[in-house]
Amino acid sequence: MTRSLREVVFVDGVRTPFGKAGPKGIYAETRADDLVVRVIRELLRRNPALPADRVDEVAIAATTQIGDQGLTLGRTAALLAGLPTSVPGYSIDRMCAGAMTAVTTTASGIAFGAYDVAIAGGVEHMGRHPMGEGVDPNPRIMSEKIVDPSALVMGSTAENLHDRFPHLTKERADAFALASQQKYAAAVAAGKIGPELVPVATRSAEHGWGMATVDEPPRPGTTLEQLGTLKTPFRPHGHVTAGNAAGLNDGATGCLLAAEDVAEELGLNVGMRLVGYGYVGVEPEVMGVGPVPSTERALARTGLTIEDIGLFELNEAFAVQVLAFLDHFGIADDDARVNPWGGAIAVGHPLASSGVRLMTQLSRQFAERPDVRYGLTAMCVGLGMGATVIWENPNWEGAAK
Amino acid sequence: MTSAVFDDEVVTRALVRYLPYPGLAGEIALITLDNGHDHTRPSTFGPGGLASLDAALDEIAAHSPAPAAIAVTGKPFIFAVGADLSGVPSITDAAQAREIAETGHRVFRRLKDSSIPTFALVNGAALGGGLELALHCHHRTISGGAVVAFPEVFLGLVPGWGGTQLLPNLIGIEPAVSVVVENALAQNKVTPGPKAAQLGIADALFEPADFLERSLEWAVGVLSGSVAVERPEIDRSGWDAAIERARAVVAGRTRNASPGAVRAVELLDLARKGVEGEAFTAGTAAEDDALTELLMSDPLRASLYSFDLVNKRAKRPAGAPDRKLARKVTKVGVVGAGLMASQLAMLFVRQLTVPVVLTDIDQARVDKGVAYVHGELDKLAARGRLNQDKLNQLKGLVTGSLSKDVFADADLVIEAVFEEMSVKQQVFAEVEAIVSTECVLATNTSALSVTEMASKLEHPERVVGLHFFNPVAVLPLLEVVRAEQTDDATLATAFAVGKQLKKSCVLVADAPAFVVNRLLTRFLGEITSAVEQGTPVGVAEKALDPLGLPMTPFELLSLVGPAVALHVAERMHEAFPDRFAVGEGLRKVVELGKASVLSAPGVIDPELADAFAGDDPLTEEQVRARALEALAQEIWLMLDEGVVQAVQDIDLAMILGAGWPFWLGGISAYLDRSGVSEQVTGARFLPKGVASLPA
Repeated sequence: MTRSLREVVFVDGVRTPFGKAGPKGIYAETRADDLVVRVIRELLRRNPALPADRVDEVAIAATTQIGDQGLTLGRTAALLAGLPTSVPGYSIDRMCAGAMTAVTTTASGIAFGAYDVAIAGGVEHMGRHPMGEGVDPNPRIMSEKIVDPSALVMGSTAENLHDRFPHLTKERADAFALASQQKYAAAVAAGKIGPELVPVATRSAEHGWGMATVDEPPRPGTTLEQLGTLKTPFRPHGHVTAGNAAGLNDGATGCLLAAEDVAEELGLNVGMRLVGYGYVGVEPEVMGVGPVPSTERALARTGLTIEDIGLFELNEAFAVQVLAFLDHFGIADDDARVNPWGGAIAVGHPLASSGVRLMTQLSRQFAERPDVRYGLTAMCVGLGMGATVIWENPNWEGAAK
Repeated sequence: MTSAVFDDEVVTRALVRYLPYPGLAGEIALITLDNGHDHTRPSTFGPGGLASLDAALDEIAAHSPAPAAIAVTGKPFIFAVGADLSGVPSITDAAQAREIAETGHRVFRRLKDSSIPTFALVNGAALGGGLELALHCHHRTISGGAVVAFPEVFLGLVPGWGGTQLLPNLIGIEPAVSVVVENALAQNKVTPGPKAAQLGIADALFEPADFLERSLEWAVGVLSGSVAVERPEIDRSGWDAAIERARAVVAGRTRNASPGAVRAVELLDLARKGVEGEAFTAGTAAEDDALTELLMSDPLRASLYSFDLVNKRAKRPAGAPDRKLARKVTKVGVVGAGLMASQLAMLFVRQLTVPVVLTDIDQARVDKGVAYVHGELDKLAARGRLNQDKLNQLKGLVTGSLSKDVFADADLVIEAVFEEMSVKQQVFAEVEAIVSTECVLATNTSALSVTEMASKLEHPERVVGLHFFNPVAVLPLLEVVRAEQTDDATLATAFAVGKQLKKSCVLVADAPAFVVNRLLTRFLGEITSAVEQGTPVGVAEKALDPLGLPMTPFELLSLVGPAVALHVAERMHEAFPDRFAVGEGLRKVVELGKASVLSAPGVIDPELADAFAGDDPLTEEQVRARALEALAQEIWLMLDEGVVQAVQDIDLAMILGAGWPFWLGGISAYLDRSGVSEQVTGARFLPKGVASLPA
């Protein structure tokens, strides 16, 4: 048989408001799978042109696949969301890049011709499932020094990055963090963040039902002075603080992907077109630098250069790790193309869910930026990896000029 | 503050949160009703719960800025299931009863009269007062997973916190009669969420998965005007006809013996005046009167006693051994393939899902028995109750055989052969030769001695009576008969199997005809004898109407079947010749092979007339007195003989096995309150306050 690849488009993306992990967080008594169910149902509701039985796959990422994040979450969430039993699903894990991997994996299936439409997303309820819950590292990791002991503590890997790049100072990290808070607050005020949010009923036995409609983690009034006073929990007199890193969060994301011809046939929105992607491993103890080689690879494979990229949505696991990326590509710390609506330092980073948040925001920025042709979503990944996905803006008007 | 405070009330707290919602200027004050337990202990309203809701509404009224809406919802799976009936025994005078009624009205009415729009978001079960709370709100959404019902009339009360007035004026009187009266009297049938929305009880229906989110979004739409709430005008012309129908339903189901049902119809009639202003005030005042009277009445107290028996005692049978002693039942044998045996096979295969083998003496009978079960399974499948896979599985589990060798690996073998002691002993001996030493041997005898049946076996301790009631699939009672040598493991297995069969078990001693048949036989014997001595059939048939029994004496005789009735009567006569007569009439009915004593309602079959030709007629009162006195005497003797653990077991058995109504408290509460118990036995069966008003 002859085979031709199909273009894959990002139709629509939504997410729950992100919450703070822990007993006082908005989702303290809300199940992770229920967050995913809300996301899937809202995707279908916002895209009524898509018959539910046309969904060919549901891929849901979670780092800690235990309890309400276990039981083959993609499948159980599909069933709980009321999708037809004919719709399959699976769980996927690449730590922080889980949802991103769910997207590239299902998108590859679409391009290959195995699927027409897929739902990809991720969830992490770090309150119910703290990072590292139930892990059982192989003793060889230590005995044979396969990874540096600090590689398993994400904050320590960020301190290691400061060592590797001494010019990326704590001051620069704090300034970047402050800007993230400010850009996020401005985006909310301008109504740019909000439409993609799915309200979630939140149970509290003590206070009664609540409704999560806005993100809980941001600290809009943050100042540089405050940031300067925060403790450095990973190293005495270190660099990394709760202020220049993403927090511990709960939340879920999801998106609809389709073959471009199927999106046309069904009359679905085309938010972005997938150009290419790359995943590359790095030394685990400096996992934050991962997006550098993964972006190099994605650019090389797609024949693009960094100059072709008009918008960047970079996950801010740690400010220093974003700075390392910008530094490598010669981009200024405050470049307007980077995280224009703020990033994870403000909004939060529920591990496996974040990749689709980046994509959802990029697609919404594409809609209002016909001058931009290409955008890039990238993130670092625990145990030393980088993940990069490059997207094309279907609204791009440049070719006409 | 109300003075009626219930002991140990599990207080349902009204928790308030003020929520912004995208697209809404202002906040929604969301009240969550939550008693702090999970869904197995649903939220109810006692004085403390009403006070909490009242306080929540006070707080909202004082909140600044004023919220854009007030919404009420429940904890997961439960909206609220009504008044806290467990506190009723602590209501000792009419003033307290009235205060409960009035407090409910006053607090709920705040939601109706609120100048801020009110919404009920019915997320789960909304029964009785829970549904009434919702009906007071200006708007309602309901979850597809919720159910609503007014169980009050079933319990002998009225939906008296506004339900009788609000519901008919919302959805029309005809469907309101169905919900308030007909469903309540049909085993307390509930209305699922989608049907409730269709009836107009709720304005919008949402799926459970995102019910609260969609409901609030809908409420925001209503507030902004983007969602129009359409309620069709109700038809007021059919009020008389619907009330007539309600009266007919109540008369048919209760013979007007349950004051609650009668009062409910009166209140529904009154509701035609509407629920605006003074009309509603008058309507709720009438509800206050009705609730006060009913709460302070013996029939209601007896109903609550009955409800408790059915919901608690039936689930933890008195005298049952430790359930850990029960042995697993992985295969069942049924000796006999007649109708009773086939019904038992059907029940066992359907509820236990284990191999069931029927045996009989010739192939044609065996085939007929298996075919009966297969046919019944096909009927279930045709009604959508079984899918094809399940049908295939269950059919494959039912087989027949001419040889009892197939019982070799059975864990329980039940016999349903001819009611003759020697035959049954022979059957058990044959079965014992094949089965393991631990296999339980059960008999479905209705009147023979189980002890005698077991007496010739090597292992008599494995024999137990399992007395089912006809029709086996329908009647919920199972009398578990402990014979003299029955051991605990056997008995525990019998109870475990009964529970798996979804029957309510009552432990009975191996006394003639056990409980239900003994009492019904005594009772029917007295009435038949009254007719034999010349009492007109019409008089005898009506004599028990004030009790509201489910059928007249001769209807009951036809249902039991004259042959079975005669068999039991003969056995009882042997055991207790002084009290149990075998009437000539009954003998003759059986001889002539007739299905009934009557050829038409109220008319004795002319061919039997000779047997009922006495010249000493009794009045209705005399017939009733004679029947009730006989019951009181027989119950007294049964308690004396230790047939059951307590009179509660007799009441439970009569409710579940004979369908005797809640308001009689089975029967002992009625015998007590009518004075018959004391007159016959010199004492009450139950102390005052247990199934009656306190002293």
